[in-house]
Amino acid sequence: MAEPLVSLRGLTVDFDTGKRVVRALHGIDLDVAPGESVGLVGESGCGKSVTWLAALGLLGRQARIGGEVVLAGRNLVGAPTAELERVRGRRIAMIFQDPSSSLNPVHRIGWQIGEVVGLHRGLTGAAAEAETLRLLDRVGIADAARRLGDYPHELSGGMNQRVMIAMALAGQPDLLVADEPTTALDATIQAQILELLGEIRRETGMGLVLISHDLGVVAENTERVCVMYGGRIVEDAPIDDIFGAPAHPYTKGLLAALPGLDGPRRPLVPIAGVVPEPWNLPAGCSFAPRCGDRIAACEIAPPASELLAADHHVACIRAVEGRTWSRA
Amino acid sequence: MTAALLEVSDLSRQYQVRRGAWPFGRTATLHAVDGVSFQLQAGRTLGLVGESGCGKTTTAKLVLGLVAPTGGEVRIAGELLPATRSMEWRALRRRMQMVYQDPLGALDRRLAVGRQVMEPLAIHGIGEGTAHRAKAIAVMEAVGLAEHHFDRFPHELSGGQRQRIVLARALILDPQLLVCDEPISALDVSIQAQVVNLLLGLQARLGLAYLFISHDLRMVRQVSHEVAVMYLGRIVEQGEPDSLFATPAHPYTRALVSAIPAPGRTSRRRIVLAGEPPNPVDRPAGCSFHPRCPHAIERCRSETPLLRPLADGRRAACHRAEELTASLAA
Repeated sequence: MAEPLVSLRGLTVDFDTGKRVVRALHGIDLDVAPGESVGLVGESGCGKSVTWLAALGLLGRQARIGGEVVLAGRNLVGAPTAELERVRGRRIAMIFQDPSSSLNPVHRIGWQIGEVVGLHRGLTGAAAEAETLRLLDRVGIADAARRLGDYPHELSGGMNQRVMIAMALAGQPDLLVADEPTTALDATIQAQILELLGEIRRETGMGLVLISHDLGVVAENTERVCVMYGGRIVEDAPIDDIFGAPAHPYTKGLLAALPGLDGPRRPLVPIAGVVPEPWNLPAGCSFAPRCGDRIAACEIAPPASELLAADHHVACIRAVEGRTWSRA
Repeated sequence: MTAALLEVSDLSRQYQVRRGAWPFGRTATLHAVDGVSFQLQAGRTLGLVGESGCGKTTTAKLVLGLVAPTGGEVRIAGELLPATRSMEWRALRRRMQMVYQDPLGALDRRLAVGRQVMEPLAIHGIGEGTAHRAKAIAVMEAVGLAEHHFDRFPHELSGGQRQRIVLARALILDPQLLVCDEPISALDVSIQAQVVNLLLGLQARLGLAYLFISHDLRMVRQVSHEVAVMYLGRIVEQGEPDSLFATPAHPYTRALVSAIPAPGRTSRRRIVLAGEPPNPVDRPAGCSFHPRCPHAIERCRSETPLLRPLADGRRAACHRAEELTASLAA
């Protein structure tokens, strides 16, 4: 693999709630190569959003971050704010689920994009406006010149998400972290936004981290998937392996819980039980209480991530011991 | 065929809205639901799909009599649902219940969940008060909860358990019809499957009919015997789910189906519709889908297509439905 663009090493996050300290991330190791597209999937509370909020120092004071986030040879964890500000938006940009609450409701969108263009590119006046227009045009907003004067509430959810993408592109980032970018949007609008992200990536070579709870969305838009559970990456594999030869019982469970689009209807196989609370994780593998393949060893210590096949890592004792037959 | 449990004919609901700032602007008519008809037999499921603002939820509210229709009628087992909240309405309402999307919002946070489950019995004055608790526990057990959940509060339960409470509360009156408005959208993937399996099990056991509203086409296919696709207040296609998803006759259904992200479908060309659904106040003339339709012809701009039966028993509201299905099959 090429030199990674950004490299997370043993990233941990602890939230101090006043009463207790809750560990939300238990050591995330993740490399993203330049131009690569990586999907992060998992259920609510698994730590998929926290991972990138922590990496960019966006979590606030109650969060204690450990481990390393290495970008161009520099560790961002504990870096001074000034250094982080040079990274946010310019090297790594982020967009969020609900665009209308990420935009400022009392400023016109032209002003908001112009501000970002000014901050990251130092453009002012006519040059800034021209760049703003170009960006709006780039994200497929028709009649961009007239839209500059609109407020976010005058635009639809899909249009607002385009504005967010335009703002993210303003700093010409090397990596875009998209946190559930289409979850709040309708199906046909979701298709438009995902198509747009794909187009921009092909054009600029920008890397993409797509955070989603929807395996289908991730499948079609990324090359590699990390499945997260209980604050850990439990499986990390190329997209074809995740769907063709999933190794972790949780990944298998997620796929079995997804109804098909054609063929005979089979009963869904739900994963029994519920996601454990972060302050009440089992001592061993955090999926063990819900796992059908559990053995005594699973309940002793969290399994380490091991290489199963080329680029395919899994944190499961059972999957690793069975690798000879499960890959046949 | 026996009389349908639920019979909806030519149901409409309009709202008067003001366009432009007060006191200027003119009033305009918003057709939230416009001439919707369908039937639902006992023990079967009708899936209602479409994007936000297409009239799915308004249809649900009309069916339950929570909103009075401006036109058309709803019949429950042959009986006309009154437009006003009379005694007859209350009696009919016992036979149909609603399951909402957000279980936390549908529950009272300050009341033990068991009390909420038995509340409908008190509202409808059914049975002795002393028997209510036992009945509530029986229903809670039917949805996979236990007696010790009775005195819990909503915040002490997980999302899946809360949705089971909402279901138990709906089932305690022994309804014949459940209107489920996005019942699983707020739940995690692994929990969605639990709730869907529970719904299917209850249907098999109790012979319930479901009006299942969802934007998740995979789940709709999983649970429905029939599917109706809505666009701007009208049903544009209706039929048996396998053929509807495999060879959609209406271009809008086609785009919706093609928009479902699916593993291993990357090679297939996705239909990405241009634009967004228009404001229902400014519904385009002719076929309301024509400005976004890749197959629109001159006729579509002027003549509104009616929902009409196709050769395979499906119904579609598209002038070019036959041509389009033929080209898909080819």
